[in-house]
Amino acid sequence: MTNMGLGGEFALIGMAESDVGIVPDKSPRELCVQVTLDAVHDAGLTLKDVDGLITCNAFAEPIMYHAEAVAEYLGWQPRHCVTVNTGGGTTFMALNMAAAAIAAGMADTIVVSMADSLRSFMTRDQAMVVQSSSGHPHYEQPYGPTVPAYYALIARAHMDRYGTTEAQFAAGAVSCRAWAAQHPKAQKRDPISLDDVLNSRAIADPLKVLDCSLVSDGGAAVVITRKDRAKDGPHKPITLLGYGEGHAYEHISQAKDLTTSAAVQSGRAAYAASGLTPDDMDLLQLYDCFTPALLIQIEDLGFCEKGEGGDWLASGITLPGGSKPLNTHGGMLSYCHPGNPGAMFGLTEAITQMRGDAGERQLSDIKTTLCHAQGGIMSSHASLILGVES
Amino acid sequence: MAKPVPQPTPTEQPFYDACARGELALQHCQNCGHRLFYPRTHCDQCHSTDLVWRTASGAGRIASYTVVRRGVSADFEAPYIVALIDLEEGPRMMSQIIEADPEALAVGLSVTVDFAAWSEEITLPVFRLHPALAGDHP
Repeated sequence: MTNMGLGGEFALIGMAESDVGIVPDKSPRELCVQVTLDAVHDAGLTLKDVDGLITCNAFAEPIMYHAEAVAEYLGWQPRHCVTVNTGGGTTFMALNMAAAAIAAGMADTIVVSMADSLRSFMTRDQAMVVQSSSGHPHYEQPYGPTVPAYYALIARAHMDRYGTTEAQFAAGAVSCRAWAAQHPKAQKRDPISLDDVLNSRAIADPLKVLDCSLVSDGGAAVVITRKDRAKDGPHKPITLLGYGEGHAYEHISQAKDLTTSAAVQSGRAAYAASGLTPDDMDLLQLYDCFTPALLIQIEDLGFCEKGEGGDWLASGITLPGGSKPLNTHGGMLSYCHPGNPGAMFGLTEAITQMRGDAGERQLSDIKTTLCHAQGGIMSSHASLILGVES
Repeated sequence: MAKPVPQPTPTEQPFYDACARGELALQHCQNCGHRLFYPRTHCDQCHSTDLVWRTASGAGRIASYTVVRRGVSADFEAPYIVALIDLEEGPRMMSQIIEADPEALAVGLSVTVDFAAWSEEITLPVFRLHPALAGDHP
């Protein structure tokens, strides 16, 4: 459904990222504390000026009352303080909840802050098991599916139904890496070719290791307030123009349709709330946990006809110099993927580009951005449309 | 770590009891006729609690599949085949396809149920390619 609360009344006024990639010197809690404070300072504020905190728990350092623990660490007693979890969709769903909380008078200015350290604070096997534990404990996990395997099931179904090829999936990974090569902070910066992806190690057919997102450490936070309070800050406020959600199922074996996701519903709602269309989007920041997820979002969010996502991606339209720049930081495939916070970096990159602060990779005339996040196995979806006034 | 083994609730127990007998059992809704999987207290179409267990044919088709090359833990020896199976009665379930040549697999192929012990107490349904398709694979 259309979310009335985000119809241009709220703005992002501050943002921060931690170091990203391999960050062994700070725990997830410490990263979350750091980006919370840095985002508030980026907004030209101190914690005294902020009365709300929303966080997501960390796999690598679970805390029973996570948001309270982060606030306590800072000696801060916000009026509104809550931990939410909808997996990878937590990012923008938390942001929507922050706007709704402000609209309801529960707070005036809220920090949404997330961090995790799957790379340095868990072993590879722990990270694999904890992520695959989203599978149904009785009717999926006993068969040994990994998270890549879940997405491989989606990929195979799309190939069978629409003739999509492994090279078309791979084009998404090549595009993200081409952008990451321009970003000094990206975890992986060496350009890759289609053949590099296709010849990389098989993980769960048809997916290879370069079809899969990274395992990283990192955190990011943003500050949201009502737009009329946003104009005195040091940066151009970024307006939330539209938002939508879609929730289809939790477990992939219960999906009614393996090849069309609830991104259809979330996208429609966000476009309706903003009065904009896919053609109006200058920049796309989509959820590239695995290359098939990226391809299906492109279709379901209306950038091409259903089934034509492979041709669309393979055309090069998303590469540097193309007309639909996508994941210009490198995405979770090449920039940073610390688990649930992954889409926060798509958001911070969108803000950076819309402020005009992206340095050598700065694009011209980015007035609107579509950010998308999803949780589970393409289960729940959140679409967020941002705008900036010139 | 060991392979995850279901710990059935009372609602689910008849499903696992049937597996131990070598039968695949599904709940049928007496109110709307819907056939359910996984087992539930309420029909996921009409929310009736008037559900009865019936033995399924064990025939199905591959809705999708993947050959897992890196196992989820040391207890799963890769490669192995994880698949989504559309049962003849309607419901879809995740399972493994056993003793099949990955090259012989395709979406839409017919499979038939078999059963494998996961622990002393728990037997789970797995699937094989239909005998007419299975070729010479042992």
